[in-house]
Amino acid sequence: MAFALGNVYAAEELSLLTWSGYAPQNLVDKFQKETGITVKVTNSNNEEMIAKLRATRGAGFDLAQPSQDRISSVQEKYNLYQPIDYSKIQSDLMIDSMLEAVKKSTMVADKAYAVPFCWGTSGLVVNRKFAPNASDYADILNAMYAGRISYRLKRPTLIALAFSMGENPFAKYSDAMAYKALMEKVGEAMIAGKPFVKNYWTNGDALLESMRSGEVHVAMAWDNGGWKLHAENPNIDFVAPRSGALGWIDTFAIPSKAENVDAAYKWINFMMQPENAAVFTNAEKYGTASAGSGQFLDAEIKGNFERCFPMKAIANIKWYPPVPAKLEEIEGLILDKVKAAK
Amino acid sequence: MKKQKRWGLYFFLTPVLLWLFLLIVLPHIDLLIMSFRSETIDGKAIWSPANYLNFFEEPIYWLTFVRTAVYSILVTFLTFVIALPLAFYITKVVAPRFQGFLLVLLLLPFWVSELVRVYGWMILLRESGVINHFMIKLGFLNQPVEMLYRDSTMILGLVYTSMLFMVVPIVSVLESLDNSLIEAAYDLGANMWTILFKIVIPHATPGIVSGSIVVFMLTLGNYLTPNLMGGKNSLWFTEQIYNQFIASFNWNQGSAFGFLLLVLSSLVVWLGLKLTKQNLRKVVQ
Repeated sequence: MAFALGNVYAAEELSLLTWSGYAPQNLVDKFQKETGITVKVTNSNNEEMIAKLRATRGAGFDLAQPSQDRISSVQEKYNLYQPIDYSKIQSDLMIDSMLEAVKKSTMVADKAYAVPFCWGTSGLVVNRKFAPNASDYADILNAMYAGRISYRLKRPTLIALAFSMGENPFAKYSDAMAYKALMEKVGEAMIAGKPFVKNYWTNGDALLESMRSGEVHVAMAWDNGGWKLHAENPNIDFVAPRSGALGWIDTFAIPSKAENVDAAYKWINFMMQPENAAVFTNAEKYGTASAGSGQFLDAEIKGNFERCFPMKAIANIKWYPPVPAKLEEIEGLILDKVKAAK
Repeated sequence: MKKQKRWGLYFFLTPVLLWLFLLIVLPHIDLLIMSFRSETIDGKAIWSPANYLNFFEEPIYWLTFVRTAVYSILVTFLTFVIALPLAFYITKVVAPRFQGFLLVLLLLPFWVSELVRVYGWMILLRESGVINHFMIKLGFLNQPVEMLYRDSTMILGLVYTSMLFMVVPIVSVLESLDNSLIEAAYDLGANMWTILFKIVIPHATPGIVSGSIVVFMLTLGNYLTPNLMGGKNSLWFTEQIYNQFIASFNWNQGSAFGFLLLVLSSLVVWLGLKLTKQNLRKVVQ
């Protein structure tokens, strides 16, 4: 009987829109063995995820993994996702506070649209041998490291630099004019610091390569990248910046025209099983939202968190609140100006 | 008989028309409509030329536009300067049995995707790359230099990417050039440059123009090469369209930019045809 069922399910497919590394091949294989469902993975990023789903009005994928702050405004505007049926989620698998936080931040008209999957921070990745004193975002504009600096030309960089100027960009989210003025100030600082930049990275692996080869000494990047490099070269490590690492939570959200919703819930519950979540975290070094996975984690992972995130640094993490619509346009123009400047 | 012929015509024409209409005309109409829509502050969609006005009011947009056009013309010219002697060598100088071989060599890099080719160049040129490594080993350099992320590198990449599209049309027109014309010119005392400008180039003009159109269009619409090889100073107009669609979620503005690019490329091609006194029908043959 089980055998027969296996055959029936053989044709079933889950189309997953996610970030690279979020669906490790060994877990995809394990999932197929357990449920008979094949997972078709498409790698993407926040902006492209939204654009893809918007182009098809929420069709084409069964499950997406946007960051929690990028859900509510696009949901209101374009109706890309369907509400999560939390009774189908094994919520005891998840860290309670994180689940509640994500529910709250993705709430649109009394319905929540996501469950947490993993979390991490953006901060500095520094080669201590060449830049022993780099400790804050301002150092990515520092002439001392001329030609050895790399960061992404994306919104987190703007936000980070605003924090290092002593401002609080999140407090200005609701006031577009004030936010625009702040971003213009940040843009000017970025243009002034542009001669010192080696390149604007777009691909995480390419950044790791330039840090490995010593071409880049100070970068703004995700914590897991710094930890991956630390394992190879103890001189390189992640640094939680003085003005606060930027904390993000990536989620599971189901597109509004998903065809295989059941499989989507199955994948969510599967990925949040402690031992599966640990496989992901051990490989990619991201923090997980799965509650019981601690015992399955490598000692190195614990070491990373303890080394880079003392209690004070954790308390100082700036978590992204939901992004209101229209801010992206303001940021886009500033980023274009930085890119075009000499 | 006649009826049958017409049936055949429709049969073969339908896929082409469907292709043109469904995949090219229809989306463009949608884009055109979108480019004239914009949102008021409270989120209502209205008709307005604001997206086009934005382009002229914000210097960074039209400066990028001009930069992209100027660089595309430069790339087209450089490609032509390199491709003409190459094509001449392949058709007139080398033994005929090697001609095919040389053309295959030209074609070979195009069997892998553009992305792979660009990464190849990046591995060669980067600071910790192959060229720097050998230059230091051989004592030409004391410390590595960053060769990537310059305008010149970007142009190099673009010329490399478009070479083939210039060489092939020039080869095909030069094949019809009668060798005895060149011999006769030499007999009458002409030098190499006179022959080049009086015989070879005039004969090859249709091929040069059609090659130039293709190269120009490809360069103008390229996204990958400027982005990866030009690095931090490489803002290209296609990237701005991408940013509007993807980063700013402003599809209306992106569509307007798309149309401006379409108008620009058509204008430059039209000007090019006028200046070289060619007509499109002859060139595309």
